[in-house]
Amino acid sequence: MDHIRNFSIIAHIDHGKSTLADRLIQATGLVEERDFRDQILDTMEIERERGITIKSQAITLPYVDRQGRSFELNLIDTPGHVDFSYEVSRALASCEGVLLLVDAAQGVEAQTVANAYAAMEHDLEIIPVINKIDLPSADIERVKEEIEIELGLDSDHAILCSAKEGTGIEDVLEAVANRIPPPAGPVEGPLKALIFDAHYDPFRGTIVSCRLFSGIVRAGDRIRLMHNRAVYKVEEVGLFRLSREPKKELSAGEVGYIISGIKTVSDTRIGDTITLENDPAPAPLPGFKEVKPVVFASIYPVSSDDYRSLADSLEKYKLNDAALMFQKDSSAALGLGFRCGFLGLLHLEIVQERLEREFDQSIIMTSPTVQYRFVLSNGEEITVDNPVYYPDPATILKGMEPYIRAGIMIPERYMGAVMDLCLERRGVNAQFNYPTPGRIEIRFDMPLAEVIYDFYDSLKTVTQGYGSFDYDLLDYRDSDLVKLDILLNGERVDALSQIVYRESARPRALNACEKLKEEIPRHMFKIAVQGAIGGTIIARSTISPFRKDVTAKCYGGDITRKRKLLEKQKKGKKRMKMVGSVAIPQSAFVAVLKTDKKGS
Amino acid sequence: MSPGLYIHVPFCRSKCPYCAFYSVPSAVPVPIWFKGIRKETLLYKGRFDRFDSLYLGGGTPTSLDDRTLAGLIDHIFSHLDFAVDTEFTIEANPCDLSEEKLRLLRDRGCNRVNLGVQSFDDRALAFLGRSHSAEDAKTALTRLRRFGFDNVGVDLIYSLPGQPLETWLHTLNRALSFQPEHISCYELTLEKGTVFAGLHEKGKIQPLSEADMRSYYLATAQRLVESGYIHYEVSNFARNEACCSRHNQKYWQRVPYLGLGPSAHSFDGNERWWNVRSIRQYGADLDNGRLPVEGRETLTGEQVRLETLSLGFRTREGVVLRQVASVPESWDVLSRMETAGLVKVREGRIIPTEEGFLVADHLPLYFS
Repeated sequence: MDHIRNFSIIAHIDHGKSTLADRLIQATGLVEERDFRDQILDTMEIERERGITIKSQAITLPYVDRQGRSFELNLIDTPGHVDFSYEVSRALASCEGVLLLVDAAQGVEAQTVANAYAAMEHDLEIIPVINKIDLPSADIERVKEEIEIELGLDSDHAILCSAKEGTGIEDVLEAVANRIPPPAGPVEGPLKALIFDAHYDPFRGTIVSCRLFSGIVRAGDRIRLMHNRAVYKVEEVGLFRLSREPKKELSAGEVGYIISGIKTVSDTRIGDTITLENDPAPAPLPGFKEVKPVVFASIYPVSSDDYRSLADSLEKYKLNDAALMFQKDSSAALGLGFRCGFLGLLHLEIVQERLEREFDQSIIMTSPTVQYRFVLSNGEEITVDNPVYYPDPATILKGMEPYIRAGIMIPERYMGAVMDLCLERRGVNAQFNYPTPGRIEIRFDMPLAEVIYDFYDSLKTVTQGYGSFDYDLLDYRDSDLVKLDILLNGERVDALSQIVYRESARPRALNACEKLKEEIPRHMFKIAVQGAIGGTIIARSTISPFRKDVTAKCYGGDITRKRKLLEKQKKGKKRMKMVGSVAIPQSAFVAVLKTDKKGS
Repeated sequence: MSPGLYIHVPFCRSKCPYCAFYSVPSAVPVPIWFKGIRKETLLYKGRFDRFDSLYLGGGTPTSLDDRTLAGLIDHIFSHLDFAVDTEFTIEANPCDLSEEKLRLLRDRGCNRVNLGVQSFDDRALAFLGRSHSAEDAKTALTRLRRFGFDNVGVDLIYSLPGQPLETWLHTLNRALSFQPEHISCYELTLEKGTVFAGLHEKGKIQPLSEADMRSYYLATAQRLVESGYIHYEVSNFARNEACCSRHNQKYWQRVPYLGLGPSAHSFDGNERWWNVRSIRQYGADLDNGRLPVEGRETLTGEQVRLETLSLGFRTREGVVLRQVASVPESWDVLSRMETAGLVKVREGRIIPTEEGFLVADHLPLYFS
């Protein structure tokens, strides 16, 4: 067990985590230079494009250190986004140490802090690594100071590297081998393996990624998932190299995979403990949590004929994403569809993009909402995650909405703008920290619904990209909630309704009317766009009809050009949804949640 | 219906900043082109029915020297078959119409001249990069009448940036004073790739507002209809039924036509094809005994329908109801269009109104 090191790389987004992982893989010779595709761990196309890791994965790297000792370094990749903080915590629980990667120019940011604290909670050895030292704007001394003061870590032994240029990579590997402790845990004793990831393989079913804390697991063993209480027979165990490498057994301290005929990823729970059926552990490993969706939206096929195909795609998608919840839904405006629950906005966007790209679905996604609670006059408390089910206002005693604790880190000069933004977003209970001169950390309690309402983009705008953001869910708090309806030519479009805080209703309604005016193309008749609460119109805009669009010359005999243009327009029109006599483009359904926050 | 023949003459004295048709501002390649046309003519011999229209367009066909022009016409008539009453149109630049050229044309059966007047306002002509003056246009029109041309068309361009409505109506009235058999009024379009489009991108010229374009268009149609002209296509007006351009209507009614010359398009009732643009390539293909065709397409039933709608809604013939019957929403759309005053339904046809012409590019989309 002495030769094993289990570690993760943690960092703020864009600080170069994936690039460093690639270099480590290359440096240990696991892959030939010519076979190397950048960022091997991020296998999905979207991950590659966005430069973020959505699902964690693991890889075992062989390494011989400067003293000639051989190691197996298990790099456990973690998702780099707040939506997936639980997955991160399970990955960290599988490690003895982390590389805390900090951008030499950007310095310590909100997720650096959040990740460092998470690592401390798990009592991990933290090795600060300052990356991108090749940048002209790199300021190593300042970053070291931030690491000392903001994180309370010793920066004397911080490793300097440039993953992009390949400098300092050897030092990083040396540090992993020599500074991170080997795993402890008895090989004897009942099996305890922590599931930190699972993915679906069309031929083998679910591949469970796990870290063994005690015991041994072999092919043929009957295992039990302790929270699920389900029992399976192990077909194969092994290590993650570039592909799976089967092994006779996995033993305490190791990180690897188990294949045991589990049909879908949803049959496993991240954080669950695997034990042996005939020699079970007395208690599961600590820290298990049922992951619950916090953001909800409906998905409809653009063409109602494609409902079946969308249903199949969601089923298939779900094989690999246990966090996505969905159930049938129907809308007067959009027909049959699905109500879906997501871990957060990023998760929602990923699902949307993958359905469109990988499953070739043409979908309409309605504006996302949080889960509200209402206490009714008959004493009943109901949960509402779809504006359609907003109760009769006469029966509502009180409404409640989920709150988060937001952490925002910014250069001091943006404090005024960020305060304005947070107060406008109903932030309360502000706390300020001044970790280093010139920087400020603001903490706010804020409704989750406000985060969904274009908060990231607004924050980025007012801080010119310098603000970083992180949040934890807190609790439910009382709130005066109303349902804002949108009417097109007098017809209520249920898929455009939102539940909003009463005082925000009017500005929200105005914004929605203006956005729809931009998104909905002009028709041959006038379209009235109205925002209403109950029977009261509180905002309105008008889309004037187009009244001239003819081209003067139909080009000689070149009818083809004209027809091709028409076919293109026709295709565009097919991608719109007809609600009554109004054609609404896909983009309109989420546009109502976009603001036009201008930078100050 | 009999097919039409179009010949593309891709030469101009200079390029106009608004024009996107293929032409070169040089007479040097004329021999290559002429040799090509003669060969191409032979390759199509017998492949179309007897033509009843011939249209020399461009470019500027009248920029050809008299010998080439005469040789071209003689070659065409000696190798292709034409009806006795063929409508023979040539597009003409006012500066080009010498007495010799008019005589040559008249003697060879040309019975319709379409004159590129564009404007009777010298400032507008300068803006449009035209080399002739209003006076030149007047001289040309007078001379045409003197030579007995009784089917004369005048092309005009309006909605110029900054042009007051009165200036345009003045041009229109001047044109009317010559009592042309045919008037085409083209709203200035900033075509991609033209000098004007470039100036627009740089913010140097600003097109009129949509509201202004509407009022120019409606005022134009009103003035011409009041003067007794038939508004038979979005941009085309004729003094009487007989004066509607037989050749151009073939395009709009999906009647077959053969196009000869670089960049010319053809349609045989089923297939469409179009020639390469470059004169050099055109000549080389024909030298090698190949048709200089760049692309071909055969339309599906739905494409034919869409095309029929898009062409039909540009003309006073409109579209037969049968063409929209396959789309269930049609009846609802139709009643809304009638209410909005865009179309009228008459004798089994959907006929666009003036307001309908104004949105003719959009109308087909509502029936597909």
